[in-house]
This record gives sequence, structure tokens and C-alpha cells, in this order.
Amino acid sequence: MSIRGKAFIAGVYEHPLRECSGKTVPQLHAEVARGALDDAGLSIGDVDAYYCAGDVPGLGPLNQAEYMGLKLSQFDSTEVGGSSYVAHVNHAAQAIAMGHCQVALITLAGRPRADAKENYRTRPGGGPPADYAFEAPFRPVVVNMYGMAAMRHMHEYGTTSEQLAWVKVAASHHAQHNEHAMLRNVVTVDDVVNSPMISDPLHRLDCCVMSDGGGAVIVVAPEIAAQLKRPIVKVLGAGEAIKHLNGGKVDLTYSGARWSGPKAFAEAGVTQADIKYASIYDSFTITVVETLEDLGFCAKGEGGKFVDDGNLISGVGKLPFNTDGGGLCNNHPTDRGGITKVIEAVRQVRGEAHPKVQVPNCDIALAHGTGGLLGSRMGSATLILGGEDA
Amino acid sequence: MSNVNGMNRPSKVRAPRVNDETKDFWAATADGKLLVKHCNGCGENHFYPRTFCPFCFSDDTEYLETAGRGMIYTYSVMRRTKEPWAIAYVTLDEGPTMMTNLIDCDFDKLEIGQAVKVAFIDTGEGTALPFFAPA
Repeated sequence: MSIRGKAFIAGVYEHPLRECSGKTVPQLHAEVARGALDDAGLSIGDVDAYYCAGDVPGLGPLNQAEYMGLKLSQFDSTEVGGSSYVAHVNHAAQAIAMGHCQVALITLAGRPRADAKENYRTRPGGGPPADYAFEAPFRPVVVNMYGMAAMRHMHEYGTTSEQLAWVKVAASHHAQHNEHAMLRNVVTVDDVVNSPMISDPLHRLDCCVMSDGGGAVIVVAPEIAAQLKRPIVKVLGAGEAIKHLNGGKVDLTYSGARWSGPKAFAEAGVTQADIKYASIYDSFTITVVETLEDLGFCAKGEGGKFVDDGNLISGVGKLPFNTDGGGLCNNHPTDRGGITKVIEAVRQVRGEAHPKVQVPNCDIALAHGTGGLLGSRMGSATLILGGEDA
Repeated sequence: MSNVNGMNRPSKVRAPRVNDETKDFWAATADGKLLVKHCNGCGENHFYPRTFCPFCFSDDTEYLETAGRGMIYTYSVMRRTKEPWAIAYVTLDEGPTMMTNLIDCDFDKLEIGQAVKVAFIDTGEGTALPFFAPA
């Protein structure tokens, strides 16, 4: 398998200006995007993959996809300086060859001369993203952005604080067995709902820990895996998506997992019923409830009932989750919990989780990451892993 | 944030960073006007305002003055601080939902669906921030 002949460059556009006073950086990215789409004879709605580097303000594809109204199944913000965009063509071609997307947009834009002339104090990336001025003055610290999602979910579906608390209770049952976990005490629903209110309706124990540390993952070709001595963990399927505020058509009751999940399940050729273990990004308890619904483990709005009564506790409930204690109890290295979600799923498939939380015959596991904010824009990524016979 | 009889209003506000694409929006705030962007290509209104319509990618967009009224879509009161504040999304009568803070109200009596109206607070830098208060 190679990219040879599997992908084609259909449109290009070079911005005509050499000084772009009067235009913003996100606007310039949109202008070159439209130029290249016009050249190709395609429209913005055809784009399902977006590639950009550090010249896009904010978290790359997250903010620029919102600006341009993109609905993406593939994205990449590899930043290696001026060569980024050449590498992006390669990455886009690989994704197209694999059938993950059909129309990839790559943009570069900026205005250092205009910035210098107008004496703007800019950061690398041309200043803040376009959404910044309309949000930062209202002090969106992380917890209130998740609080707003939780508040709306409760309003629409009757989800309760006690139901959210069960997510933390389950995590604590697992963390007691993890000697490295920051919070190893088993807590009750009462403990969670009686902990101090941080930002309505989220209590202190609805929030994940803050920690140092990190993690790493090695991905290899089949022929390399066959030479190694460790248990086989196959990558069965994956999906990714960006969800944003959609020009003001705001709905905080679902996450990007609504789109990343079905892609991962389809590629893996498995269903929710096949998943023996799930690592679900748990920045806050509400993140888990919305994600489980969006991944199809229960109907939309039923997440509160689904997590109730210990349904996420290994050996007790139907869907063991975050058996390392997750972000809620174990760790959340540098405020990014994605890699630890993959790591614990690998332990489960290898049969190497702590014996007290190991899921028997864990042949298929899922790991899901939510990056950014449930209350505005997020990158969502779903991964399905399997053992040797999966 | 002052809190007199449950009436919360920030004692100072943080001025927005104005750029070439949004300077007309912010200039209007100084006159007490809340604008959204209207697209002549597809007829949709959007927020935050941008040159390109996020629904059809037309750049035939123009500002539309709103009535400054809407309802609370959701909110969250930050409690673990000396001066609590209420972040919110408000859905404007003209369609788009925007981030804001709720002020001049009792934080314990807020409700999703509650009618609110814009209440600008001058930043001292030629702009005003669109907060919302109960209508």
C-alpha cells in the first residue's frame, strides 16, 4: 500500500497581496481556501479534511474549522515550520488513500508585515483566534464551560447531580487499586454532591485532578509486531471529528463523539455490544455522560440513567470504564488526558490491568478523547482496539 | 463584582481585542447597539461576526442590528471565588446564540429560558461589552 496514484491535487490558489492590512489571519485563511476551492470547482461543503500549521490562531483546526463552518472527518495540525504544508499533502494523500476523507483543504496565511506596520503585538500564529474577543471578556475558565453543558443537559433530559456523581464513584472504586493514583479513597454519591460547588452544577468531585507526568505510545507495522514479545493489540478502527459553536447554532448537549464514534465502529466492524472496556475522557463527570450517549452506549439523554448504580464499575456494571481511576482520580498530565486513555485500554486488551479491575476476556476495547471544551469547541477522537483474535 | 441586594455587576471589565474584521461590531457597542452578521447569500444570521458566512461561505455578509433581547440557553455560576460571576449563552431573538455574562440579577434565581436583555458596560477603551440582565 502506498499513496502512489491514490490522491490528486485538484485546486491551488496563491494570495495576490503582499501586505494584508485590513484583513485578519482567519479571514486570510478563508480567502485562500475559497480561491483553491474555486480553482478546483468545489465548494466549502465538499471539504471533509483540513490541514493547517501554527500560522492558524488558536488550537489550529478547532478554531479555523469554526470560522469557516467546516464539518470534518479528518484533520492535522502538524507544525514543522515552513515545510509543514508539504508534509500536509503527504498526510492528506495517506488519509485519502485509506478512504478516511475525500476532499482535503490545506491553508497557510498570515500578515507579519501588516502587523509590524500597525504595531500590533502579536504572538506566533497572528494573535488570538477570531472567537477570542467574543468569549475571553466573559471569563470562560474551564470548569464553567463544562458547567454550562451540564446545566443544559440537566434541563433537557432531567439528568441529576446524583447521576453525574456515579461517574466519580466508579472511578474511585478503580483508583483504590492504582498505587500511582492521586485520589485513592473510595467516595460515595453523597461525598460528591456534598463537595463544594465550583461552578453550577459541577462540584469539586465532578472535576478531574491536575497533575504532572505524561505517557507515550508506540505504533508499529504488523511484521514488527510479530517479532515482539508483548501481547498483540490491534488497532481496529478510528474516527475523529471537530465540533464547534456552528455560527451561533449552539447545542451543548452532545459532543464530537456523535461523529467520531460511528466512523470508528464502522471501520472496526464491531458494535457497542462488542466493547468489553471503555476509556472515556473524564475531564468532568458530564464529559463521560455526554460521550457515552454520543458513542451509542445508550440513547441521547439516557446517559444519567446509564451510569447510575455502578454501571461503570469493573466487575459490577455492564460497561467497565477508566479502570486506572481516570482523570477524575488517577492523573491528567499537563491537562491532557488522551494518552492515558489509550494506555489503560492497551492494558485491558493485554490482560495487564490491575487484577481487581481487569475485565475478563477483554478482546475489544474503546478509547475516546475530548480535547478543548465541551462548552464551545472540541476535537473528538475515538479508537477501537482488539486482541490477537479480534 | 459588586453585590448589592443580590444585584451582581462587575466593578471592572476587560476590553475586547478589536481587529479589522470586527471593528464595526465593537464600534456599535459604544453606541449601545448589539449587532449580528446577516448573510445575503443564504439569509442566515451568525455570531461571532465574520466576513465569510459559516453556513454557505459567501462573503456577501452585513451587520444586522438586533433588539438586544433573548433568552438564557444555559449558564453556570462560578462560586469558588471572592466575586462569583455567571457565564451564559443567550439565544437572541434574531437567532444566534452568544456567550455573555448575566448581571444585575440574583445568581440563585436564574433559569434556563428566562428572558434577558442586553446591558452594555463601557470598557473605557471606546467599546462596551454586551452583558445581559433579566428583561
